[in-house]
Amino acid sequence: MIFPFVWRVLPGPVPLKVLELLVLLAVIVYALFTWVFPWIAADILPPPDGTVDVSPSP
Amino acid sequence: MTAHDTVPTRRSAREDSAADGGAPQPRRTRRRQSVGGALVALLAELLIIAGAGTGLYVAWTAWWTDVVAVNEQSKLVDDLGQQVAPKIEGSEHRGTAPVLAEPPDVTDVFGTMQIPRFGADYLRPIGEGTDRERVLNTIGLGHYQDTAMPGAEGNFAVAGHRVTYGKPLNQIADLKTGDSIVVRVTDKAKDFDVWYVYKVTDSQIVTPDKIETIAPVPNKPGVTPTADDRWLTLTACHPMWSAKERYVTHAKLDYWMPVSEGTPKELSETPK
Repeated sequence: MIFPFVWRVLPGPVPLKVLELLVLLAVIVYALFTWVFPWIAADILPPPDGTVDVSPSP
Repeated sequence: MTAHDTVPTRRSAREDSAADGGAPQPRRTRRRQSVGGALVALLAELLIIAGAGTGLYVAWTAWWTDVVAVNEQSKLVDDLGQQVAPKIEGSEHRGTAPVLAEPPDVTDVFGTMQIPRFGADYLRPIGEGTDRERVLNTIGLGHYQDTAMPGAEGNFAVAGHRVTYGKPLNQIADLKTGDSIVVRVTDKAKDFDVWYVYKVTDSQIVTPDKIETIAPVPNKPGVTPTADDRWLTLTACHPMWSAKERYVTHAKLDYWMPVSEGTPKELSETPK
């Protein structure tokens, strides 16, 4: 499974694994905040923008 | 060499835990689980990941976009290079106001807005255009292109987010009749720096197609504005987090004042 697999793949003793896991999570969150979420917000789920317009804005 | 070193260490660590007895036991059982069980376990993990991702997305929209946008917006205000206005009550001019020509390009920042009702520290840049990505999500307040500029006859119409991206109009529903909206238009190159003080007249909740709310004379499309029709209109989402309707607030120009003459008294008053 995914979580046990990740845990097995991380090298080193347990304290090091924990540290690596935290770094990995930080990298994932950074990638989501920087690229993935802005893309979702712009192209998939545009939030309401508050303008009045002839074409109904989503 | 290092890699070779680590491999035996890891193996010995595993043997150590095997010697302890407890730890490896469940691992062996897990390996022997049925295909169905494995699928359920995988599904559970995917659901946990999806849940965490959704939670993070909510945190990103509701919190992180504000952090980024507020930071960006205060930088834009700084870039405008507005000098500290003299701390005296200048005279209130009610005649024809000086009007800056509309900036040619979308995203041009030409002024700031202060609304005492939103807090004494409320100071946001106003950019040209209402493009979602380039203006509303970054600059914050966006001037509807081809509507009047501050001080001019007609309707100075401005859109802004009510939630997310710095939420410049988050408290729009708190505005009461008579509240001041202070706009300062600055163009250093042209030596132009003027305050415009508007007073709220009314608010309405409409569907997003009601463009007559930003007509030169609000809600009277086709009517030519007179010297008495110097309006300001704010539009934001309603209800919060929804795109179903718009919250629209109108205000009328009370007076204007060159920045060199002083500071509007409204900025030092606390709204009741």
